[in-house]
Amino acid sequence: MKISVQSEDFDSTKESRLITDGRHNIGALVTFTGLVRDLADKHLKSMTLEHYPAMTELEIKRIAEEASNRWTLQDITVIHRHGMLYPGDQIVLVITASAHRQAAFDAASFMMDFLKTRAPFWKKEDFGDSKADWVDAKESDDSALDKWQE
Amino acid sequence: MKLVYFAWVRERIGSAEEDIQLPDDITKISELLAWLTSRSDGHAAALVEKDRLRIAVNQEYIRGDQSISNEDEIAIFPPVTGG
Repeated sequence: MKISVQSEDFDSTKESRLITDGRHNIGALVTFTGLVRDLADKHLKSMTLEHYPAMTELEIKRIAEEASNRWTLQDITVIHRHGMLYPGDQIVLVITASAHRQAAFDAASFMMDFLKTRAPFWKKEDFGDSKADWVDAKESDDSALDKWQE
Repeated sequence: MKLVYFAWVRERIGSAEEDIQLPDDITKISELLAWLTSRSDGHAAALVEKDRLRIAVNQEYIRGDQSISNEDEIAIFPPVTGG
């Protein structure tokens, strides 16, 4: 398991190879990359991601351990960036490796749903002209958790 | 006790963290929040919308009320928006 909270960019191909090199028990690798988007009419200039350094990696590890308890996974990688990012930049990488595709798909989806609602990050969007706003949490992100209730 | 604040909670309070001596009669999160609210206008503005606050004690989320001690690190922040 690899968990990293960093300001630097990441290379998803390299991270995938770190998981698969020299191993032959992985039949499915799911890679999810989240990007900074600029929705048509908003003209986002940049985004700053604040986080809670003492807690962030701990919480991501708790989420990854929960995924490992639910599905048979060979490995998980999570990289989440913080600091100032621009439209098109990569924010988050989740890689799940399993013998079978369904476990890898489901675990990656689970990881993202819980990262969105539990990992202590906050986005502030800067639209220029000194207009900057904290992004509000979405109810749809909270309700996305319902499908994981057992 | 160490208090840490993030995002608009931090901005409204005007500080990222505070070290306080917890008064003897404050033993629960709900009492702490009420006491903090009276510390300044900024605290009051940050803490007025209780439904929009999330609390972690020693880097772990809590649900509902919980006992606290002077050795704890209490984090107060808005619902998270990472990912």
